[in-house]
Amino acid sequence: MSMFWTIWISVISLGTILGCYLLLRWCLSNKIGIDEGASMGHVFDGIEEINNQLPRWWTILFYITMVWGVAYLIFYPGLGGFKGVLGWTSSNQGVLSLEESKLALQRDIDDGNWNEYALQIKYASEKFDPIFEEYAKTPVELLAQNKEAVKIGQRLYIQNCAQCHGSNAKGAASGFPDLTDDDWLYGGSGDKIKETLILGRRGVMPGWFNSMGEDGVAEVVAYTLSLSGRDVEQGLKDKGKVRFAVCAACHGMDGKGNQILGAPNLTDNIWLYGGNTKSVTQTLNYGRNGVMPAFDETLGEDKVHVVAAYVYSLSHSK
Amino acid sequence: MSETSQVHPDYNYKVVRQFTIMTIVWGIIGMSLGVLIAAQLFAPALNFDIPWLTYSRLRPLHTNAVIFAFGGSALFSTSYYIVQRTCQVRLFSDKLAAFTFWGWQAVIVAAVITLPLGYTSSKEYAELEWPIDILITLVWVAYIINFFGTLVIRKTSHIYVANWFLGAFMLTVAVLHIGNSMVIPVSFTKSYSIYAGAVDAMMQWWYGHNAVGFFLTAGFLGMMYYFVPKQAGRPVYSYRLSIVHFWALTSLYIWAGPHHLHYTALPDWTQSLGMVMSIILFVPSWGGMINGIMTLSGAWHKLRTDPILRFLIVSLSFYGMSTFEGPMMAIKTVNALSHYTDWTIGHVHSGALGWVAMVSIGSIYHLIPILFAQPKMYSTRLIDIHFWLATIGVVLYIVAMWMSGVLQGLMWRQVNSDGTLTYSFVESLEASKPFYIVRFIGGLFVVVGMLIMAYNCYKTIRTPKESIADNTASAAA
Repeated sequence: MSMFWTIWISVISLGTILGCYLLLRWCLSNKIGIDEGASMGHVFDGIEEINNQLPRWWTILFYITMVWGVAYLIFYPGLGGFKGVLGWTSSNQGVLSLEESKLALQRDIDDGNWNEYALQIKYASEKFDPIFEEYAKTPVELLAQNKEAVKIGQRLYIQNCAQCHGSNAKGAASGFPDLTDDDWLYGGSGDKIKETLILGRRGVMPGWFNSMGEDGVAEVVAYTLSLSGRDVEQGLKDKGKVRFAVCAACHGMDGKGNQILGAPNLTDNIWLYGGNTKSVTQTLNYGRNGVMPAFDETLGEDKVHVVAAYVYSLSHSK
Repeated sequence: MSETSQVHPDYNYKVVRQFTIMTIVWGIIGMSLGVLIAAQLFAPALNFDIPWLTYSRLRPLHTNAVIFAFGGSALFSTSYYIVQRTCQVRLFSDKLAAFTFWGWQAVIVAAVITLPLGYTSSKEYAELEWPIDILITLVWVAYIINFFGTLVIRKTSHIYVANWFLGAFMLTVAVLHIGNSMVIPVSFTKSYSIYAGAVDAMMQWWYGHNAVGFFLTAGFLGMMYYFVPKQAGRPVYSYRLSIVHFWALTSLYIWAGPHHLHYTALPDWTQSLGMVMSIILFVPSWGGMINGIMTLSGAWHKLRTDPILRFLIVSLSFYGMSTFEGPMMAIKTVNALSHYTDWTIGHVHSGALGWVAMVSIGSIYHLIPILFAQPKMYSTRLIDIHFWLATIGVVLYIVAMWMSGVLQGLMWRQVNSDGTLTYSFVESLEASKPFYIVRFIGGLFVVVGMLIMAYNCYKTIRTPKESIADNTASAAA
């Protein structure tokens, strides 16, 4: 902030407080020329006004708040670019990128500056990081049997994952997978779950309406539904089977999917975007884009490890 | 009743009557909407799966209806009345007065149509889209010309203190409305703010807090400065106190907006400065309360028999309470607990229902008999019942929201020994449910009181002139 704006802000803000002070002083002494306690002598629609003194306790309260206000503005930032004598900041303000923010945070932690955000981050990492470092030493599959760890994982899940996958982890047929079954898009081992959490996933199903046309899509829909044992029209199904060769590139000839690509298994009657004819037609016509966000920045690897243990435990609880 | 207190032929009472009636009508509509959305918070099915009745669309309609339709009409009505009576002159222009009435009602009707349809600028308390904003500006300029025009042609030597506050309210609201509503229209129903990011947020809360400070505080202090001494039949306690607290209040309020944006992307210095000014503001706010309550010196006994005076004095108590609470909540450390919780909702309603609504209701009970040439209201007993319904309703509302708010604040910050949050958001919502039901009941009390008021006013207006005193006598017997 330039010196001009600092002066501008200081003059009008301190001027406001000074103005209040001078007004208070002026009104405390009776300069109106009318005796204290007497009527002001003007009447408005029958209303008179008395020239009474300001209440003493109220005046003292006014002084206290003004003195406190000016003191606060000396100690803390408030007058434009003036940082305040205590050097307090709430966070690393003024950074322009995530990179700058991280550097500023680390610098404030290393230098011991009074940056409230940095101090809290430092406090939290000193106090809680060892707990998670300890858990990270146990493989996910084993940790899933540690009740305490699973409970912590569940809490992290509720705060970070439940928004999409639901608080019971059963997902939703709008592209959010059920985490309690044995059907895994990218693999259900501890390491694979961690990989999904740390790096995130992008599942892309292309749209086929332009190349297959309405009839073609209807045929493939029929065949796809039949893979999960659903009753469909035989003629449509047979035509769809021929067309399915294109789909097999990702979903496999048998339709059992491919975990390397994240292509869903089409034979288990579990549907990421809904399993009625309308939903599957929508999927085939226009495609789908599924995004699982990456949590390495948000939670860090050690916490992800504990979340993975919780998720693993959901389908291995028996 | 002596003839002198009867209708004065020189004054324009028509516009005052119109606005007074609409104050009651919009009050009932706006508060009923509030009760409906309060019920939706614990029984979501009450939106009946109709988009127009969803919380998201009715909530801005509720706030607009109670602030600008109910509060606005009350301010128009009383300011037109006060400025004529204290300047001893008819309004500057009857035509402008009629324009402000029909223009303001058109604005409200436009809000009632567009907000449920989902047209919104998304700025809190300034949701109306740009064509309506332009109409508001026109009406407001006409209002200012009419009010200040009347001050210019006044027959009294001085300008009475009530008019200082009313004038400050009008001028500042004009500046706030125009400043915050600057947009680039992209179509007749859609526009984008010319401000971006943190600047937009700051403009919004500079406007938002001063809508509270000047619309809901300065304007209603003007109302208080006329109707309290008038109803009590006592002189205003201290002329000098009114000078100090008027200038201190108006100069400090304009700084207080940043306390709505503590711990956000707003720069530290802006947050601190807003907090400092908010805390100093506490003292001049109480100056108004003291001046109003002390005006009752020597007339305290009237509170026993006069429920209208009771409305006015209790409104001042709520004013004092919420202007103490506000600066406390502006302290960053307190705000860290209170922000985004129901505590804020409780605070707003102790101001809006306790102060704004109660001082308006008291003033209307004072006005209605004078405007419609009756010696007094149809039933004093019904005013008394209204008083108790309103007071109990407001207390239920505020206490429920305090408890819910503090509970939410504490639950959200509760941390386990492993550093994870103890409660999910949904758990805090579940914990609030009983308080939402109590709040709904409180709101219901307030609306029932308003309906009783409407009946009482209707009977006062409709009853032939001579028979009112007899009616009340028999009702009391």
